[in-house]
Amino acid sequence: MSKLKRSPWIIHYDGSSCNGCDIEVLASLTPLYDAERFGVINTGNPKHADIFLVTGGINAQNESVVRQIYEQMPKPKVVVAVGICAYNGGIFKDCYNILGGVDKVIPVDIYVPGCAARPQAIIDGIIQATELLEQKQMEYERTEKHQKKGSDNT
Amino acid sequence: MSTRSVVPFGPQHPVLPEPIHLDLVLEDETVVEAIPSIGFIHRGLEKLVEQRDFQDYVYVAERICGICSFMHGMGYCESVEHIMDIEVPDRAKYLRTIWCEFSRLHSHLLWLGLLADAFGFESLFMHSWRLREKILDMFEISTGGRLIFSVNKVGGVRKDMDSDMLHQFETTLVDMEKDMRELTKTFLNDYSVKTRLKGIGILSKQEAFDLGAAGPFMRASGIALDNRKLGYAAYGNLDFEPIISNECDCYARCYVRTQELFQSVDLIRQAIAKIPAGEISAPVKGFPKGEYFMRVEQPRGEGLYYVKGNGTKFLDRVRVRTPTFANLPAMLKTLKGAQLADVPILILTIDPCISCTER
Amino acid sequence: MTEQAIKNISASELVTEVLHLKHENWRLMQIHATKLKADEPSYEISYSFVKEYELYNLRIVVTPETEIMSISDIYEPAFIYENEITALFDLNIKMISLDYHGNLYRLNNKTPFK
Repeated sequence: MSKLKRSPWIIHYDGSSCNGCDIEVLASLTPLYDAERFGVINTGNPKHADIFLVTGGINAQNESVVRQIYEQMPKPKVVVAVGICAYNGGIFKDCYNILGGVDKVIPVDIYVPGCAARPQAIIDGIIQATELLEQKQMEYERTEKHQKKGSDNT
Repeated sequence: MSTRSVVPFGPQHPVLPEPIHLDLVLEDETVVEAIPSIGFIHRGLEKLVEQRDFQDYVYVAERICGICSFMHGMGYCESVEHIMDIEVPDRAKYLRTIWCEFSRLHSHLLWLGLLADAFGFESLFMHSWRLREKILDMFEISTGGRLIFSVNKVGGVRKDMDSDMLHQFETTLVDMEKDMRELTKTFLNDYSVKTRLKGIGILSKQEAFDLGAAGPFMRASGIALDNRKLGYAAYGNLDFEPIISNECDCYARCYVRTQELFQSVDLIRQAIAKIPAGEISAPVKGFPKGEYFMRVEQPRGEGLYYVKGNGTKFLDRVRVRTPTFANLPAMLKTLKGAQLADVPILILTIDPCISCTER
Repeated sequence: MTEQAIKNISASELVTEVLHLKHENWRLMQIHATKLKADEPSYEISYSFVKEYELYNLRIVVTPETEIMSISDIYEPAFIYENEITALFDLNIKMISLDYHGNLYRLNNKTPFK
């Protein structure tokens, strides 16, 4: 892992998980696992967040909520799907009210395995997300500059 | 004359740990009515019983909720065992009791942390969760999992604890008790905590009874009911009394849960002292036919498991009534007349578990 | 372990029986419905009551057309269970104090247990 330049904030939304991954996401921020040492802080406000952690699958009612949180987040952003339910519905795949994984609604960058996902895995996911965010930031800046140049010329 | 306004609250909100949506009707800062809408986590896992056979369904039952997963698994298993007349070995019953109390400890510590977070006491939140990790470590040592254990099965349990392990747990609990005393002292005596909790969200004894409140929420209103007294698992052989408070406010709910921490430690100690040697599971023959209502006491209150079998390997119906579902009407009552700023704490003091509620 | 007392009654007797239990200080614990495997669609609804540690159930058998009176005027928390039943089973429960009209959960396919 290269040195991190920024301190990305995370937002967490509980899709239709059993609370297992949900609690582990919080546990990975508390003293024993302490993901905050990487500079990440849990925020409740989508407009403050850079990394979106989603646990659980998507159902008819939370579909719009997940999409809305994603759209409210400023660019660039990274989505981490935590746990098997967020990948494809997991054990609840066959339930009548589960549409599937998070990627049915929004683009997902990183998948964290597990049922329930362990804090170690979640932290690994967060670190990968911060690296990806760095990359996306650079690309984003490049295209911004490019576009600006284009508009200056005309 | 103040005007009324409706504020949508949730499902995603900085102070909410879980997705629930409320429409709060406000007169200035006072809530006059709260209308809930739920279903953000509704999966429909009761229906899944038609696709999974009754032994496989234990894994689904566990995943109703990741916090009281052990109790969900156990409640389901015990109801099937009752229908099939399976005599579970005593050792398995004691092991289930120990894991049940571990679940209660970790759930209550989690709740205390979230409560501290709700009234803005960040370091207390961190302390509660740091302590909770010790319980999870014990779970990991004995079952291999931190939250989802898959250690229950119809007829008993899958894993045993040897005497070294039990001894080790006992010593850990002695250490933990010391830490928990410290924690409790802050929760019950700290000036700023008291001002946030005392006299907030009063639910009288009669209201708690009429509105069907459950668990610590009900016991904090002075009703001494605890389903562990029914004597399922090994609770019939252990000595304890339900903990109640007559103050009926948020502080009382905090008090009841802190005292239940020590009660759980005591129950584990009793169970370790009395645990008999022997088998940990009984053989299962045939398929369940009949129905049974099983009641258990979860960290959040009384849960009911209804199982109906038809003599094939697929059950006809599994119905789970979870404590948060029962606590919703009483919660709405406490919200009426409350200040908007107190709403997060009022929602939190019922210890909401929305995954349980909506299944 | 306590007895599993179940009393079978008809849908029209429900309100009287429930009032009777209310006067005897029983607490409503839950209401649930089960689909019966029969040629004609029929459902049984169980009303569970507790008093101290005792459990007592009332059970009615209904068809989708049967009019069932809500007991939410007698037991306030009943509204949430009754709304769940109308949402999942599409049964005809009348006069629920806070009626969601079958929309307690927003579902993909309506009334999945029907």
